[in-house]
Amino acid sequence: MRFWLTVTSAISVTPLRRDKKLTAQIYGGLRMQINITVNGTSHSADVEPRTLLVHYIREQCGLTGTNIGCDTSSCGACTIHMDGESVKSCTVLAVQADGADITTIEGLASADGTLHPMQESFRQCHGLQCGYCTPGMVMAAVGILNENPHPTETEVREGLEGNLCRCTGYHNIVKSVLHCAEGASK
Amino acid sequence: MIPAAFDYVRAGSAEEAIALISQHGDEAKFLAGGHSLLPLMKLRLAAPSVLVDLGRIKDLSYIRDTGTHIAIGALTRHHDVQHSALLATANPLLAHAAGHVGDPQVRHRGTIGGSLAHADAASDLPAVAVAMNAQLVVQGPNGTRVIPAREFYRGFLESALAADEMLTEIQVPNLTGGTWSFQKFNRRAQDWAIVGVAAYKHNGTAGVGLVNMGSTPIFAAATSEAAANGASAVDAAALSCTEAEPQADLNASVAYRTHLATVLVRRALEEAA
Repeated sequence: MRFWLTVTSAISVTPLRRDKKLTAQIYGGLRMQINITVNGTSHSADVEPRTLLVHYIREQCGLTGTNIGCDTSSCGACTIHMDGESVKSCTVLAVQADGADITTIEGLASADGTLHPMQESFRQCHGLQCGYCTPGMVMAAVGILNENPHPTETEVREGLEGNLCRCTGYHNIVKSVLHCAEGASK
Repeated sequence: MIPAAFDYVRAGSAEEAIALISQHGDEAKFLAGGHSLLPLMKLRLAAPSVLVDLGRIKDLSYIRDTGTHIAIGALTRHHDVQHSALLATANPLLAHAAGHVGDPQVRHRGTIGGSLAHADAASDLPAVAVAMNAQLVVQGPNGTRVIPAREFYRGFLESALAADEMLTEIQVPNLTGGTWSFQKFNRRAQDWAIVGVAAYKHNGTAGVGLVNMGSTPIFAAATSEAAANGASAVDAAALSCTEAEPQADLNASVAYRTHLATVLVRRALEEAA
């Protein structure tokens, strides 16, 4: 919170001054049509520019597996893959993702319900407690192995730096990721 | 948390971005990776009426050896700086520091230009830029100019950039064969540094930059000069805070910060010996 407190005390909030024309445009519903592919399905929608990608995924696409935790890009619960890389969907505008290929936790398992190896590893190693951080953890973990298929334990821990588990179940989460990596190398 | 409403326009080139920002005035802001600006907007600490999205200007994402220096496009992401094979030999200090910005997800979106232009004294990369006096190429309606990093930072979140100017390229020295160190002291993995130190030595030159030791990133000139002239790490580190103006916050008092900076600079100079 250091940053926000400092900012609050040191600069005044930018006033919401707008000319009438612009205000009319904005509140008249200036929306933008975007198209995002989510888990292989193309979704088109008219959105306000301020719509966050995580809200688009949850509310427009109806995919509520992606959780909102801290809402300040700290906790990683909203981690998804955007064009193959892990990102925090609470800190991306839906309009920025226009044309992108998104994978959420719902897109990992096969159509027949077979779990992704990472999901299976979390299950085998009991890599979750309350489960709230789990979708983000799994997406971040898949991202780690995409970039580094055989990480050390330290690399896994550093790779999960952006994901918080408030049950503090990190030990088994790290074990799950290493288990998945070992399975892939067999 | 949802930002206040704004208009959104996409720029296809630097020229177009500058034209758009000039057209919309000082209530418009550039949006690069968005990992400094969007959190501020969600907290309503910033409420620009227009965002000019630079994210699709692909030709501003590059890392090249020009022969005289390494040129980095402003829209190059931290992830790409961190993993650049060129920087691994030519400027490992910058690559290493980029790998300490935020976390992997943040580094997939955040850009070097966005981080430097945001001018947060607590961010890692601005201190690295002043340590090695990176040259910042800035484009505006009347052409380009080059601002040395040590003259770029003017105050809290304030830089020498005019409202209609855009940072387009960062030029850093080729430090192949030099030594370096990056020290970051924080309480939790993804926190900003309570104090950070970027230091390098190369061919008889030395540069030390301090994170979070004032309202701007600090170039520790006295320490750098002493280190370049062969002073011991302890003696050079004793001068660490000559130019600093540390402030107290929830994490650290002024006295604590000053002591910590001296310790971290000594460690950095020992590592970069």
